[in-house]
Amino acid sequence: MKGDAITSRGGAISLRLAVAAILGCALLAIPQLVSPYQTLLLTYGLVMAIAALGFNLLLGYTGLLSFGHSAFFGTGAYTAALMAKYLGIHSMETFILAGLATAFLMSALFGVVCVRHTRIFFAILVMALSQVLWTLAYKFYGITNGTDGLNVPFPTLLGGSLTFRGAGAYQRFIVAYYYYVAVLFLLSAAVMWMITQSPFGKTLQSIRDNQTRAEFIGIRVRLCRWMAFLFSGTFTGLAGVLWLPLNRHVTPDVLYWPFSGEIVFLTVLGGFQSFSGPIVGALAFSYLKTYAVAWTEYWQFLLGAVLIFLVMALPTGIVGTLELLAARLKWPSFKPRI
Amino acid sequence: MDVLVFQILNAVYYASVLFLIAAGLSLIYGVMGIVNMAHGSLFALGAFVTATITQYAAGHVPTLLLFLLLPLGAVAVGILGLAIEPLLLRRLYVRAAEEYPLLITFGLLLILEDAMRFVWGSNPISANLLVQYLGSVSIFGSLYPIYVLFVIAVAIVTGLALWLFVYRTKFGIILRATAQDMKMASGLGLDVRRVYMLAFAGGCFLVALAGAVVVPYQAAVLGMGMDALILAFVVVVIGGLGSLKGALVGALIVGGVRTVGIEFFPELELASLYIIAAAVLLVRPTGLFGTKS
Repeated sequence: MKGDAITSRGGAISLRLAVAAILGCALLAIPQLVSPYQTLLLTYGLVMAIAALGFNLLLGYTGLLSFGHSAFFGTGAYTAALMAKYLGIHSMETFILAGLATAFLMSALFGVVCVRHTRIFFAILVMALSQVLWTLAYKFYGITNGTDGLNVPFPTLLGGSLTFRGAGAYQRFIVAYYYYVAVLFLLSAAVMWMITQSPFGKTLQSIRDNQTRAEFIGIRVRLCRWMAFLFSGTFTGLAGVLWLPLNRHVTPDVLYWPFSGEIVFLTVLGGFQSFSGPIVGALAFSYLKTYAVAWTEYWQFLLGAVLIFLVMALPTGIVGTLELLAARLKWPSFKPRI
Repeated sequence: MDVLVFQILNAVYYASVLFLIAAGLSLIYGVMGIVNMAHGSLFALGAFVTATITQYAAGHVPTLLLFLLLPLGAVAVGILGLAIEPLLLRRLYVRAAEEYPLLITFGLLLILEDAMRFVWGSNPISANLLVQYLGSVSIFGSLYPIYVLFVIAVAIVTGLALWLFVYRTKFGIILRATAQDMKMASGLGLDVRRVYMLAFAGGCFLVALAGAVVVPYQAAVLGMGMDALILAFVVVVIGGLGSLKGALVGALIVGGVRTVGIEFFPELELASLYIIAAAVLLVRPTGLFGTKS
């Protein structure tokens, strides 16, 4: 298997590019082929994929499990919602820039505290800090409307050149917004891919694999972890901003820690040991959750059972399991080296 | 004057409940190195089971006997713990990563929350009878429920019993030996599997006992476990994971800060707890009494 991969490395890369191109074309064609509802689901999936890509820079590449990424997702979402409410801004681009800035600041702040710890302490600490934001959103009723949440109208896209009012606004928005998110998703994935393949990405992996050795060869472990935290939180914040126009309503639930659990869940579902795992997991989770909710009132039960099954039987997730199958059947490997 | 005494008693009551929850969390972590995400849900489960037992038994048995039935909810959850450990957690010990038990117990949390919604629905269940039965005591001319004092007493007795058990019995020595070095303990011929199973069940029992004693005073509602889990995390982060003393001190700090916070800055009361926890971790990374990193 290993020998195969080395000798056919060039072939594997061009094959991978071909697959990526086919998937990219499919991504563009989808709204023309499926119902608006399916398009909406897919958009949700793509937004969560951006969040999961950010999350996995910490879990998969740096070896830090954060149980508090709802903080950054919620920061993005609330930044946009508060701007719409108090500043009367409706431009999506402004939302994105502001959301990126606040999520960046928030993750910089959280990171300083959290990266001093690893493993379980790290997980609990991020979780505890994320709940500070939750209580603020929950308790400052006068500003955030508390659990009633904030409603947001359709934003304008592309510097105000696309507005959505009047009859059929919803349908038009869904299709346009799908493309908007799809482009940003591809962009995010490309940037994340470059981060993971850069010397910095490799440094993170060396820290994950052996912190002591990484320190010995002169790597500033804590600084690198902090930077990973920063990128990770900012990506997830972007997802939060993009999520808001889909839901058009934000409550403190996106800051509450079970939502962080959801991000963890979908990453494990796809498989955190590969680059594509979180993307596959986010898309699969979007459908899994929607159909589970439609099928039974007790969908959480179902999700819990799926999670336990995954960890017990398929700890490498969907992508890892497919890899394994492919290896058994001697298919060429698509797995980008993590 | 009476207000001050009441507030202190409230803080101690609050600390008592948190101590039971956090002691369970710390027992499991101290011995097995597992942070149990479903801990809050087990707290809620203990509350629901106890409330149901009390409701069924009320009227059939003298009310005084109902107090003896209170621990039944905790015993039931303890037995559930005996089943959870070998079924879900045992297979993970061979894997090095600490993250997998976290994920498994998060899955368990999702399952338990919905199972409780299925069985008990979304209406609060109360066992208020016991609070009424004990009545009130007059402190500086104002009335204060005796039941709260009962809860504090239960926590003190349980804490003492736990301390004696861990530090003064043979099984306590075995427990601590296993916690310190599982492989060595196993090499010496100790039944490590059994120790793990009992430690997990013990942690479940403690947290469910907290739920059981709380339920006559504040009804069992869905979602009570989610908040309890976070607060327990704050307690063990301040006190140090895996330390009994830490659970006690952390619970007292959190109980005190919460009572002061509710009085003077209600909006920031919860936020201040998390900030204290973060501050403690900055100064002492393993918490006030933690030893493991």
